[in-house]
Amino acid sequence: MAAGPPTVFGHPTEQLADLYSSCPSRHDLVTQLLALFGQNNHLSCPRVFLYGPTGSGKSHVISSILNTLKLPHALVNCVECYTSRLLYDHILNQVALVTPAPDNDYTNYSRCDNMNDFVKTLRTIIEDRELQEETMYIVLDKAERLREMDMNILPAFLRLGELTGCNVCVVLLTEIVWEKFRAGTGMCEPLVLHFPDYTKDELLEILSSDCPTGYTKDFYMSYVNIVLSVFYMACRNLNEIRHLALLNFPKFCEPIKKGEATEEDVHKLWRNIEPHLRKALQTVYLREVSSAQWERMQEGAATQESSSANIKTLTGKVNMELPFYSKFLLIAAYLASYNPARTDRRFFLKHAGKMKKTVQQMKRDERASSQLLGPKPFPLDRLMAIFYSIVEGKVAPTANIYSQISSLVTLRLMTQVGSDDQLDGAKFKCTVGLDFMRSIARTVNFDIIRYLYDFV
Amino acid sequence: MSKRKSTGSAAMSEGACYSELQRVLRERVYKISAPCDVAGENDLDKPRRHLLDLIQRCSSMGESNSALIIGPRGAGKTMLLSSVLAELKENRDFRDNVLEVHLNGLLQTDDRIALKEITRQLQLENVVGNRVFGSFADNLAFLLEALKKGSRDSQAVLFVLEEFDLFAHHKNQTLLYNLFDVAQSQQAPITVIGLTCRLDVIELLEKRVKSRFSHRQIHLFNSLTFDQYLRVFRSLLVLPAEFRDKKFCGKWNKHVESLSDDPGVTSILRKLYDTSKDIRTLKMFLMLPVARICPSHPRLEMSDFVEAHKILTADSKSNTLHGLSVLELCLVVAMRRLSDVFVNQPFNFQMVYNEYQKFVQTRSYAVQSFDRPVVLKAFEHLQQMELVRAAEGAGIGGRGQKEFRPMLLMIDKSQLMQAIQKYPACPTEVKHWANTL
Repeated sequence: MAAGPPTVFGHPTEQLADLYSSCPSRHDLVTQLLALFGQNNHLSCPRVFLYGPTGSGKSHVISSILNTLKLPHALVNCVECYTSRLLYDHILNQVALVTPAPDNDYTNYSRCDNMNDFVKTLRTIIEDRELQEETMYIVLDKAERLREMDMNILPAFLRLGELTGCNVCVVLLTEIVWEKFRAGTGMCEPLVLHFPDYTKDELLEILSSDCPTGYTKDFYMSYVNIVLSVFYMACRNLNEIRHLALLNFPKFCEPIKKGEATEEDVHKLWRNIEPHLRKALQTVYLREVSSAQWERMQEGAATQESSSANIKTLTGKVNMELPFYSKFLLIAAYLASYNPARTDRRFFLKHAGKMKKTVQQMKRDERASSQLLGPKPFPLDRLMAIFYSIVEGKVAPTANIYSQISSLVTLRLMTQVGSDDQLDGAKFKCTVGLDFMRSIARTVNFDIIRYLYDFV
Repeated sequence: MSKRKSTGSAAMSEGACYSELQRVLRERVYKISAPCDVAGENDLDKPRRHLLDLIQRCSSMGESNSALIIGPRGAGKTMLLSSVLAELKENRDFRDNVLEVHLNGLLQTDDRIALKEITRQLQLENVVGNRVFGSFADNLAFLLEALKKGSRDSQAVLFVLEEFDLFAHHKNQTLLYNLFDVAQSQQAPITVIGLTCRLDVIELLEKRVKSRFSHRQIHLFNSLTFDQYLRVFRSLLVLPAEFRDKKFCGKWNKHVESLSDDPGVTSILRKLYDTSKDIRTLKMFLMLPVARICPSHPRLEMSDFVEAHKILTADSKSNTLHGLSVLELCLVVAMRRLSDVFVNQPFNFQMVYNEYQKFVQTRSYAVQSFDRPVVLKAFEHLQQMELVRAAEGAGIGGRGQKEFRPMLLMIDKSQLMQAIQKYPACPTEVKHWANTL
């Protein structure tokens, strides 16, 4: 074997060089995996379990190893193949080099319903392709989904080498630790390898590789640095950061295009982009808007100055228009959910006298505050009683009012808890947050905070 | 491979030697049920003789029998059986007389599939054709009948049921009932051998099945002493005498000898032995070091073993924590605090957020604060990584708001502290906060 920086026994050097350059900062793991896989005609490590956070390059490393070295393999994603049938079909198709296409009427290699047939068919394919000597790699991405399928699937895949009697290597990729896969009477333990997350420097190196044409690498690097400074604390996912970086780059270059700044004007550029990135953290990162929408918003922002309000309404949970009484009903539901029933006297009765919290009470309440513990269920009677005492003017208890309750339930602003069969004993829960509630209350000039026990 | 052979006879000596070495060692280490003969190991001798006798009687005297081999995973059940079969197969009579049917509970998930598989393995598909049978028993009886040749008695059939306990979950245990019934009523000479790791497997059998079973149980336990363990280690690595290059073989075997006397290596093996003495763990431990051997790395070195041991004993949870963002780490610390305060009672997102807010507000100069939706997304990521899980019996399940769903943290305090120690560029505030736990 010719000498080269990272050579692995038994593999051609040119392909290795390709492989290493396509997997930056993953050289150690690639070397380790190649050693485990060994030469084609050697027995490979029969089961490997690779885990690591999303975007740490698990699938990429494995698929580039298999593709560059042209090893026979099947690569399936267990989210796509959500039933065992699909899983078998996809694996067999890839192993047998069959692609369902219009020419063959989208037929699969063969019909396969259970593990028994799968193992049998796999064996015949391997014999047909005369690959008995070589290792067949079966990669199951998002392997945590295997646990939700029939209980025999995961143990059987881990034993596939013994069951087929062929040289098969099963690789599981997931972000969940191996301990969570053990079930039943146990199974063959795979070799567990960890893919660590990329360090900040490695992230920078990888991101710098997609520098757009027309800009120097240093310039792009400085930009990526700014992006990381905003997002790195909240998110380490390479894919996510990469997406955000590409999305915001035109905005970053805007002052240069306008001629207001040069590429060296780092400080000015930083001041220009930083608020935008923070806004992106609140919207794009949360997937509240699609990236196309975001771009449109950015363009809109360029044309009109009042854009900040525009974005605000998009992100700040669109205000819901409700009928007048529905609003009060919802407020009543919120109060009933978040106040203990014993305090109703104090809030809704005239001359109930002042109630003061003692220090001891306050300490106790702080822990058991319903703002922390969430809404409690309440009966319909209590809701109506609170409703009548807060609503202005006299309201007749007509079917009209009751139907509004059920429409609130359909809108998911309230939910019914407990059994449905009791007509009069129905209990409800209010499922909206305080911020939403405050904005609703503001529209009817109702100061909700004054009525909440937690804020007394 | 062909390329390396063509490189000439000079390379053949070294490269091919290592290639051959890899082939031999991988065959042993990477196959879990590959037999490894341990000289002087007499634990397996008795069960082995027992089993040998049982199967032999079936073939020579047409005696039916049933037995269960019970032992924990990695105790050598399959290995024992296959070595017994290999020994018996050397006898020509046996080969002619006995048919083997291998079933595995993982593959034959119901009795219909199992029957089809039996038919296939007995090569009776043609005989059966499109015949329709009234019952499972009819079908099986027909199959066994079909094996009778002319005037002679029917051929003996050896049924091996791996993962025997899974067959007990089949509907009505039809397969087991029929197999045991045939074995007991001497319709045709069959031997049923079940392999399982469940000690309570008998309890799984229905009464009518249990009464037909011979109750012959062979228990296997792993009772290796450390010396034997070391011997297994050596035997896994030593090259066989029929290795082509004698000089290379001798050198390598000397190296292996010196390894098993090396105090560093033995201390690692001792640690391994103390945690688990089954051979599978030992094989797993050897996987990486063996894979490394190549001309540029000709010997197994201490560092290989140290690294392999580290990988084998790594705490995966703290590894996962290492991949979290600072925000997610803060949430984990907050949850740990809550779990301590409420003595492992479930908490919800709102409480976690509150705790996090308290932390951020007191140290706003040093820690970047995030909006509630961003924090919620981070929390959901933790849930997806299964570091946090919904508490059982909460009842509200999917109906309630996700902020208030009761949750439990799946991370221990020591794991968290270990992760924070290793965390790259962990903000000192977060470190302090975690230390006040």
